[in-house]
Amino acid sequence: MVQERGPDTVDINVNMGPQHPSTHGVFRMVLTIDGERVIDVEPHIGYMHRGAEKLSENMDYRAAIGYQDRTDYLAQFLTEQAYCMAVEKLLELEVPERSEYIRVILCELNRVTSHLMFLGAFGIDLGYFGTSFTYGFRERERLQDIFEEVTGERMMYGYFRPGGLAWDVPDNFVQMIRDVLPHTRQGLKDLDMLMTQNEIVAARTKGIGAMNLEDSINWGLSGPMLRAAGSDWDLRKDKPYSIYDRFDYDIPVGSHGDVFDRYLVRLEEAYQSLRIVEQALDQLPDGPIMPEKMPRRLRGPDAEVYAAVEGPRGEYGIYIVSKGGDKAYRLKIRAPSFCNLAALRDMTVGNYVADAVAILGSIDIVLCDVDR
Amino acid sequence: MIGIFKSMYITFATMLRKPVTIEYPAKHRDVPQRDRAFPILLWDKDVDEPFCTGCHACERACPVECMTVTMKDNPLHADGKSDRRKIVDEFWIDYGRCMRCNICVEVCNFEAIAMNNTWAGHELSTFDRNDLVLDLQQLLAQHKQGKIDEWVAE
Repeated sequence: MVQERGPDTVDINVNMGPQHPSTHGVFRMVLTIDGERVIDVEPHIGYMHRGAEKLSENMDYRAAIGYQDRTDYLAQFLTEQAYCMAVEKLLELEVPERSEYIRVILCELNRVTSHLMFLGAFGIDLGYFGTSFTYGFRERERLQDIFEEVTGERMMYGYFRPGGLAWDVPDNFVQMIRDVLPHTRQGLKDLDMLMTQNEIVAARTKGIGAMNLEDSINWGLSGPMLRAAGSDWDLRKDKPYSIYDRFDYDIPVGSHGDVFDRYLVRLEEAYQSLRIVEQALDQLPDGPIMPEKMPRRLRGPDAEVYAAVEGPRGEYGIYIVSKGGDKAYRLKIRAPSFCNLAALRDMTVGNYVADAVAILGSIDIVLCDVDR
Repeated sequence: MIGIFKSMYITFATMLRKPVTIEYPAKHRDVPQRDRAFPILLWDKDVDEPFCTGCHACERACPVECMTVTMKDNPLHADGKSDRRKIVDEFWIDYGRCMRCNICVEVCNFEAIAMNNTWAGHELSTFDRNDLVLDLQQLLAQHKQGKIDEWVAE
């Protein structure tokens, strides 16, 4: 007897996370699957919520710097930069030249460490096991040593201050970085050779999770996610802050907006960051690191300010409402990971379960940044 | 196929490189001079008393409220041996709470507190979390014994 219809199938819910190695932290998604195809995704966030915004409202402008580090913990210097820029705007402080240069150097190196981390973890998501991860970490560690030499900490630097820097860099700062840069370039080349032309990687990433430019803009994506879709929006070029208008560098742009393009954009961005670092090292001036007329206690006027930096994950912004006094009345963090994660459902539905992992990896989320 | 051979080439080339890791519990790498572990108090060897006067500056500035300080009249000042009229009586720091932000060192007017920049400041695992609350004598011990070459930013 010929069966007129196939066997009855039921869609099943598969719970992924919160303790799952490929969710990059404590992130839970409930996948509804039909066979191997994902037909619905329900993301659950909030497992890492610590109330970083509220905590920052309860302490003065200097003490709150430590809490900004703990939001995006792979790009700590950039979070500090955004926060300090917001406070400087509020208090109308002028940052000395030398401090600006040191900030740019550290921020760009931090972008490279963040992207090395992404390249490593992305390899794991695609099934490279530990190879790409150890390559990424090996080079990241050299840069991390520089940060430790300068600030004393390995992760939560707390080094930038509203107005400048906490203390000056060591005397061998420039030489130290110049020694490390060839290693970092080589490390990026290793990862490039390991993954870019590999046919297995191509099969896993090309055309997966593609999002066109219009949808990307509508979802409010920023950073490499948006640039992979074809826009060249970069705050460093389009709304120049700090001293980024003095350097010569390119903004890599993708065309398909798929997982592979996001990987390529990040890889190229790391190279461009190294270019900025080299130029900044050549131009690094001498001078003070804090403005001369620095108030002993930072007191803001009645005002609202917003300052944003181009983080490795996208636009990282800080919005401060001040009602006088030495604390922020309201502090809001515009977290790029959170905004980029919003598009997860649109990208994942219709793909295989294994691709869901690759797509999530390509967003490059930091869960502390998502939940704050 | 070429891509896969390239990947294999990199993998095998890495196999021949020198290891970049060291076997940690057996060997310790050097920590930089600016290394920030946890705050400790400094000992004035000339007068034989702590630098700290118990002025509460660090306690007020601490973002996580991990410190408790009390102050007393300095007995050595009455004898004429010390310039400090007031001196620290009790000092507790909860290392379990401390977030190592260096702000206490920055606000100190007497350079009485510094960040521990040795390995002893990092390897602090205990079975009971109450053991991480250090009192005055424990905080002073390392500098008193001359084990710390402290670094304080100007």
